Amino acid sequence: MVDWGWSFIMAKREFRKTGAKLILFVSAIVTGIAALVAVTSFGDNLSKDIDNQAKELLGADLLLKKNQTIAFPEIEKIASEHSLEINFASMVYFPKVGDSRLTQVRALEGEFPYYGTLETLPQEAEREFRSGGSKALVEKTLMAQFGAIVGDSVKVGNVTLEIVGALQKVPGQTGITATVAPAVYIPMDQLEASGLVQYGSRVNYNHYFLFSETFDLQGLIDDNKEIWDEDRVNFDTVQSQKESTGRSFENLSNFLTLVAFIAVLLGCVGVGSAVNVFVKEKLPSVAVLRCLGVKALDIIVVYLVQIFFMGLVGSIIGAIAGALLQFLLPLVFSDFLPVEVTVQLAWGAIGVGIVTGVIISILFALIPLLKIRKVSPMMTLRSDDQSGGFGNDPARIFVLFAIIVFILLFSFFLLGKWDQTFWFTGFVVLSFGALWLLAMGVMKAIRTFLPISLNYPVRQALSNLYRPNNQTVSLLATIGLGTAMIGTLFFIQDQLLDEVRFADKEDQPNMLFFDIQTSQVDSMITVLESEGLPILQHVPIITMGVSEVNGLSKMDNEELGDEERRSGSFYNREFRVTYRDSLINTEELVDGVLRPYNAESDSIFVSMEEGYAERNHVNIGDEIVFNVQGRPLTTYVGSIRKVNFRRVSTNFLVVFPDKVLDNAPKFHVLITKTKNDIASANIQNTIVRQFPNVSVVNLSMIVETLEDLLGKIGFVIQFMAFFSILTGILVLISSLLISKFQRVRENILLRTIGAERKVLIKINILEYLFLGSLAAGGGLVLSVLASFLLSYFVFEIAFSLPWQPLFLVFGLITGLTVFLGWINSLNILKANTMDILRT
Amino acid sequence: MNILSVENLTKTYRSGNRELTVLDQVNFEVEQGKTLSIVGPSGSGKTTLLGLCAGLDVASSGSVLMDGKPLENMTEDQRAGIRNQLVGFIFQNFQLLQTLTALENVMVPLELKKRKDAKEKAKELLENVGLGDRLTHYPNQLSGGEQQRVSIARAFANEPKILFADEPTGNLDTETGELIENLIFNLNEQHGTTLILVTHDLELAARTHHSLHIKGGKIQEAING
Repeated sequence: MVDWGWSFIMAKREFRKTGAKLILFVSAIVTGIAALVAVTSFGDNLSKDIDNQAKELLGADLLLKKNQTIAFPEIEKIASEHSLEINFASMVYFPKVGDSRLTQVRALEGEFPYYGTLETLPQEAEREFRSGGSKALVEKTLMAQFGAIVGDSVKVGNVTLEIVGALQKVPGQTGITATVAPAVYIPMDQLEASGLVQYGSRVNYNHYFLFSETFDLQGLIDDNKEIWDEDRVNFDTVQSQKESTGRSFENLSNFLTLVAFIAVLLGCVGVGSAVNVFVKEKLPSVAVLRCLGVKALDIIVVYLVQIFFMGLVGSIIGAIAGALLQFLLPLVFSDFLPVEVTVQLAWGAIGVGIVTGVIISILFALIPLLKIRKVSPMMTLRSDDQSGGFGNDPARIFVLFAIIVFILLFSFFLLGKWDQTFWFTGFVVLSFGALWLLAMGVMKAIRTFLPISLNYPVRQALSNLYRPNNQTVSLLATIGLGTAMIGTLFFIQDQLLDEVRFADKEDQPNMLFFDIQTSQVDSMITVLESEGLPILQHVPIITMGVSEVNGLSKMDNEELGDEERRSGSFYNREFRVTYRDSLINTEELVDGVLRPYNAESDSIFVSMEEGYAERNHVNIGDEIVFNVQGRPLTTYVGSIRKVNFRRVSTNFLVVFPDKVLDNAPKFHVLITKTKNDIASANIQNTIVRQFPNVSVVNLSMIVETLEDLLGKIGFVIQFMAFFSILTGILVLISSLLISKFQRVRENILLRTIGAERKVLIKINILEYLFLGSLAAGGGLVLSVLASFLLSYFVFEIAFSLPWQPLFLVFGLITGLTVFLGWINSLNILKANTMDILRT
Repeated sequence: MNILSVENLTKTYRSGNRELTVLDQVNFEVEQGKTLSIVGPSGSGKTTLLGLCAGLDVASSGSVLMDGKPLENMTEDQRAGIRNQLVGFIFQNFQLLQTLTALENVMVPLELKKRKDAKEKAKELLENVGLGDRLTHYPNQLSGGEQQRVSIARAFANEPKILFADEPTGNLDTETGELIENLIFNLNEQHGTTLILVTHDLELAARTHHSLHIKGGKIQEAING
């Protein structure tokens, strides 16, 4: 039975003298809690804003879309309003600078958006655009890229339009979308004149409808769903848009919360380590109390009350900091947000942050605190080493188990899926475990193998890593894990960019022209060859859909059981196929053979891509009836190909043999290789001027876009990972301060027996050099491993060791640790010798 | 009546592969109200013997009866309870709680006994040892002699039946040591406690009723004073 009254009184008395130290201990969890509260508050607010602004996400009550021209006259009759947007990828040309770029052109007819607005600068530009004429609204990023201003021209296909405004925001769009596919709005009546919608163009027809408030939209959907499915019409409502947007941001928010949670865990490792030192200092007092008749549990409660109180204070400070920090987050995430975020206090998030901080700091503090049970009152007569390892204490093992369970439950609370929960928990436990093992291994190795022949400062610095009250484990865990996170992020970014840049290093194509009409092919080839550019590939493309597979139509397929049914998208997809009798260098045959078509009596054998065949349960010998512009074509799967989609090339899911589709309507793709960026820009602009409907993709544009995209994503993750690094630094600072008194005594004693000041500084600097380099090295090994696993299993790209970023991160982290250690040593050396010797 | 009975008490420690016998078949008894000194050279086992008699440690074999209660079968918490009820301690290095004031140090045993007048009683005890004006001072603000006086006040706070003192003047100069010795014996007489004192000071040992000379873990001779 715990004597709570007495324990509280003693806790209060103890706190007078030790409060300052405990405040230091819990500073380590402040940053983690701040990050956790900031992200969860932001996530809560964003979720509410998506709810409140859901209508603006879609801009209408109903969206019906198809990639072929379609009308809905019956629905137009019952809707209050109707707009049509036709969008497609196309080059636009800026005559002022003589440059062009692939964009998303949107021809608009009607008053869409019905909720929200097309935000423009100047504000009246939207009204002017809608008043008609040869006007365009251009995405602001595009205008900035080409130095365009309002009043300049932009050439869209065959028409030249005046830019009347810069698009700041489009309903439901994010900054990321603008990076990848910047929009150019043109009036619908300019579309035909532009000449851009031709055979083979990938065009989307979006019909937006507004209904009266009392209209039964769900009823309309229920009545028409099947027909729309049959006609390959996709539909979106405010609710479905809200759900899918909400899901995406929930995933993002959960991921970032997990990153923040890692910072909390790192802080708690710091707390645990600091409490460990604190408890060791208290052992003599504990022995005295045991002598006087105090029970072990009562003594534990005395310290636990103090830890609880300081954990609460630290968590509240962290929560306040987090509540303020969330004002910054809309700026950090600005490129990803489709809605205006209202920043307000999210009490739920604050509560979760505080409770999490208190629970986790008590759990981590309990591990060293439980040692108190083993303290013998004989220590008052004879000072023994009372510490027991984990193997001797089931209670401490139980607490460690409780920590793992807490991490498991907390991550499940965020992720909602057990497999992801186990992966995350496994990663955390493995990383901490690996760094703990590294620390223990290093300490044991030094203890065992430290050669006496080493000079004194080096030997002393190394010995300091394993001496009593060392901070080796906590510093390696905190700084090491923070380094691992930042390192992984940098390395993966580099790997992804390298993968794209690699294609430019070899003699690989780096420029692709598509949407070329049959009548334009010869002229284009002439232009390219006149510029000295090789035609590496000339690929004809025909569009078609699937009518039947093995005699089953789409309707028949719907009636099959779950196991047998193919995905509906297989029947809905518009295939773009080509024809040839040989493989290209991005392909490899894995099953069957390429069978040519020699006579009308021959069966037509197509070749399918391996992954697509697998996903859609398509096998060699299956019969597929394609619908080629209204004409059915029966084919059989004759071979399966493995395709490298990452190369700049035309890669196809389905390849026909020669001679089958010679007379089918088609468009073309030409692939070439330019020597440098200037040559790429020149040929691009030449082609766009002469063939406005032709779209161009060049590798440098892909690299640039990818760099921009990864930079934006990377910035967000770096911002969160920064909290882990900051926690590591705080743990480092607090460990320096905790051990200061002991170090002061040691330094004074060394000075008393003749050690020079420079020797003492050298010892301190060397100690932190070893600590910093071990932590950085351990963290970087983890990050290289994580990067390799991510490269191999997730991104499926080749992995190469990133030497430059590796050395950079190593240098920075080690340098920072040494710098802080050096500052600390200067303070220590200021202490007065006699004052210390007298105490 | 015997307040303390020790029978065939043995304590061994394992050191590597060897077993070290620190106490070997020790037997003695102490009557209520008497004073006993345990004398011996360094490493003779006298501190170990004190610890076992006070219930601070558990013997390898043999028994210790304190006020008729056998200590060897008790858990550590049970022994702690016995200590709070029956035992007072005075240590060579004072062993005050550094984070508590002099007054609070003396209050601890009284609070553990749930005494409502803990503060008044502690104040009285400190005044008895001449520290009435140092109640709110922390141990690091007191001299060695003053700290030992606080320790003595604390030792008598729970009105123990038996008082254990381990080299109580070991860390003090001769003059202060004499003052402390006198204080211990005077208070002991006033309270009627049994005093068991470990020392290697033969002059101090001579002040007790009985002495036990211990060497190599064995009682060499028991001298009645």
